[in-house]
Amino acid sequence: MNKQTALHVGNLEKHFRAGRRLIKALDKVNLDAQCGCITGLIGPDGAGKTTLMRLVAGLLRPDAGQIQVLGVDAVLDPLAIQSKIGYMPQRFGLYEDLTVAENLALYADLQGLPPAERPARYAELLHLTALERFTKRLAGHLSGGMKQKLGLACTLVRPPKLLLLDEPTVGVDPLSRQELWQIIKGLVAEEGMSVLLSTTYLNEAERCAQVVLLYQGQVLGQGTPQEFSQRFQGRVWYAEQPGVLRRRLQDGLIRREEVLDAVLEGEGVRALLADKASPPNLKGILWSPMEPRFEDAFVAILAQQRRPTHTSIERAPVTFKKETVIVASNVSRRFGDFWAVRHISFAVKKGEIFGLLGANGAGKSTTFRMLCGLLPPSEGQLAVNGVDLRKAPAKARARIGYMAQRFSLYGHLGVMDNLRFFARTYGLKGMRYKQRLDWALDEFDLRTAADAIADDQPLGYKQRLAMACALMHEPAILFLDEPTSGVDPLERRAFWSRINALAEEGVTIMVTTHFMQEAEYCDRLAIMAQGRILAIDTPAAIRARAATPDNPRPKMEDAFITLIQKMERAA
Amino acid sequence: MWQRVFALVIKEFLAILKDRRERIIIIVPPLFQLFLFSYAATFDLNHVPLAIYNQDNGTIAQRLISDFIGSKHFERVAMRRNSHGLKKLIDDQKALIILSIGPDFSSNLRRGENARVQIILDGRNSNTAMIALGYARQIIERFNRRWAEKHGEPPPVKLVTRAWFNPNLESHWFIVPGIIGLLLLVVVTMVTALSVAREREQGTFDQLLVTPLRPLEILIGKSMPGLIIGLLESSALIFLATWWFGVPLRGSLLSLYTGILLFSLSAIGIGLMISSMATTLQQALLGAFMFLVPSVILSGFATPISNMPIVVQYLTYLNPLRYFMVVVRGVFLEAAPFPALIGQFWPMALIGLTTLTAAGWLFRHRLN
Repeated sequence: MNKQTALHVGNLEKHFRAGRRLIKALDKVNLDAQCGCITGLIGPDGAGKTTLMRLVAGLLRPDAGQIQVLGVDAVLDPLAIQSKIGYMPQRFGLYEDLTVAENLALYADLQGLPPAERPARYAELLHLTALERFTKRLAGHLSGGMKQKLGLACTLVRPPKLLLLDEPTVGVDPLSRQELWQIIKGLVAEEGMSVLLSTTYLNEAERCAQVVLLYQGQVLGQGTPQEFSQRFQGRVWYAEQPGVLRRRLQDGLIRREEVLDAVLEGEGVRALLADKASPPNLKGILWSPMEPRFEDAFVAILAQQRRPTHTSIERAPVTFKKETVIVASNVSRRFGDFWAVRHISFAVKKGEIFGLLGANGAGKSTTFRMLCGLLPPSEGQLAVNGVDLRKAPAKARARIGYMAQRFSLYGHLGVMDNLRFFARTYGLKGMRYKQRLDWALDEFDLRTAADAIADDQPLGYKQRLAMACALMHEPAILFLDEPTSGVDPLERRAFWSRINALAEEGVTIMVTTHFMQEAEYCDRLAIMAQGRILAIDTPAAIRARAATPDNPRPKMEDAFITLIQKMERAA
Repeated sequence: MWQRVFALVIKEFLAILKDRRERIIIIVPPLFQLFLFSYAATFDLNHVPLAIYNQDNGTIAQRLISDFIGSKHFERVAMRRNSHGLKKLIDDQKALIILSIGPDFSSNLRRGENARVQIILDGRNSNTAMIALGYARQIIERFNRRWAEKHGEPPPVKLVTRAWFNPNLESHWFIVPGIIGLLLLVVVTMVTALSVAREREQGTFDQLLVTPLRPLEILIGKSMPGLIIGLLESSALIFLATWWFGVPLRGSLLSLYTGILLFSLSAIGIGLMISSMATTLQQALLGAFMFLVPSVILSGFATPISNMPIVVQYLTYLNPLRYFMVVVRGVFLEAAPFPALIGQFWPMALIGLTTLTAAGWLFRHRLN
């Protein structure tokens, strides 16, 4: 196969101005993408992925450096490039009030596809994306996964030589994600298309032929996913300790010098060891070697720059009290003729970490908003600490902490202004006010930018600040809506270690996520899709349900896919 | 409770003042507009283009003509001896008014008979035409009086008009106080209309609603910036109105500030109501405009309410600016005493109370 270069980027720089601050979105980026394969652009939010995509598509002008797309200079001749590439931005511009067929026709018009070729191309694309049955449905009424597929179909109306996909799979349910990957792989294999795809899911790296790891505007590495992970051969181990909670095992391991990273997996803990270290000889721990993954490489590179922070709270033995603090019984919520949540019921006990796992649009946030009293349910009853927060006195709200999606802070205000505001609204005063402010600054590592404007801080910092604001008043119940969305793996680990510590102090935690791996951190979780709860149980039990003779140790993702397939068969 | 409200007020002020664009929006346009509108929006006409069609050869006609030309209100653009092309002057808007003097004007007057002049006006802008006609009448009347005195005839019955409160009928005196009301409405409504919508858009409003803040506390916290900005802004405008434009402030400041307070509250209530119904800043902005434009037109700022159709007149009772116009003009020009204004105060208070209550309710119950 001819390994031509589809895309060459050399010494690319792009700055943005935010107020008085200069942001280096891309800093001397070099990369090459070969023809006829998938190149993955992987990194957390704010890494510069979208900026790079837009530069390649000729929608932005670089400050310095060259971009060559299929042999054409993108800086000098952006129009020539735009006819050869297909670009699907993060939020693809589907017209929600038009049907699937009308959207396709619109993009065919925009891209100037000759009318004679249209019927055949439509049929091909609809077949590819399995949308044949839905041509008359309004785009706004499609599920998140179907919208992404329709967006992809619209981008492909005129088959491009190079396809740019900006986070096509983020927030999409695992089954649709699998299908999207199959479609993309099919395009590469059958039509010889070249694809540049960005994602924040590190576990998608393995699906790419080439991977570029982007972090804070810099390329940290480029190569095949195997090249990334092979360096860690022999450094990844699986630890089990029968009779000990895996969370405590994880906590014990991460404190050791020779352990760079420890995450929950299956019934035990997956540990990444430092270079040339061997598994620590600890009593009762059974070690077995594991295959390294792409994520290990990222964590190891990041860990060189900074040691993950971990809370140092002495733990009392875990005692699950029987007390139920959150109850939802037969709750539904309707918006017009759309049921965002349908007849869900669950109960959460004190000190539990309860997760709602699902794709974007599965009804997680709606459930949260109803629990917090921000939205009345259309049917059913809700109670937090025995009261309906919608009707309860303000005092009841003082016992909960809430962290909304996308870390809602007052962005124009300073970091300290935000902290002070939330401390005061929760009625802290005198010594306690001072103590809690100091606690927040230290505990969440906020001192580095305490005097700066909140919006100018990196995403991870904002996430910590939002969490500090939500915890300022030591709530008994904590609601976290997609708290780790888009942050880098080290921040995510630090976040979960804080959550663990809080749970052990008896704080009840409800959390939503669309990261399958994070489900492992929950004591129990509910899997949601299309407003329904498909299963509620411990992560282990949910995984076990999906076990088949072919796949005796299924991952959470496999379990989720099985559940969705079962639901679709029933429908 | 007050600690929480205080924290919220501080936050609201920081949010407004730390945003450079918003800081500019509340200071620069109102001052700029005060000057712009005060000079632009005036009823006084100067340099009205005047055409003269004179068929008379006498000197008396010449005297009348020089009275017209000498007036600061008129400017001669054409002088004709025949009617040819006169119509075109009006059609092309070269002239707004034609003074037509017949061939026997001077001789009639000398014989002691009645003499007539004709005034032709471009009626396309009826308002301007009426004002110009008024000026022409004044000149002709003065001419009559002088003629009568000079010829020892008994002076014709003299109508002495005296405009109370504004003896020289300076339109600044009428317009500038009106502009204070208008700008106060715009600034206060905008500041508050954007406040909740901005938080909804950024997702911080949910965060606010889950804190122990009660709707009443949020209401107070969200109202204070609008109120304080409104008070400061109107004080600056009142100062400029008296110091720069020389509009007399005859009444008591107590009456004026009572009016400003109640008017600001009603504007805040409406602003917050718009804001809590909107999901995005853009919706809030549109909503504010939908409210502001009709309330200025239906306020009596430029055209008297009593000239409006009855149904529309009833509609103006819902408009707080209607009442404030009476208060601000009353205090400035008439020295209206406090009790005389109570009839304007209570409707504003009622509108404020209703809209604020509705806004407070909408914080939590907005239809999704």
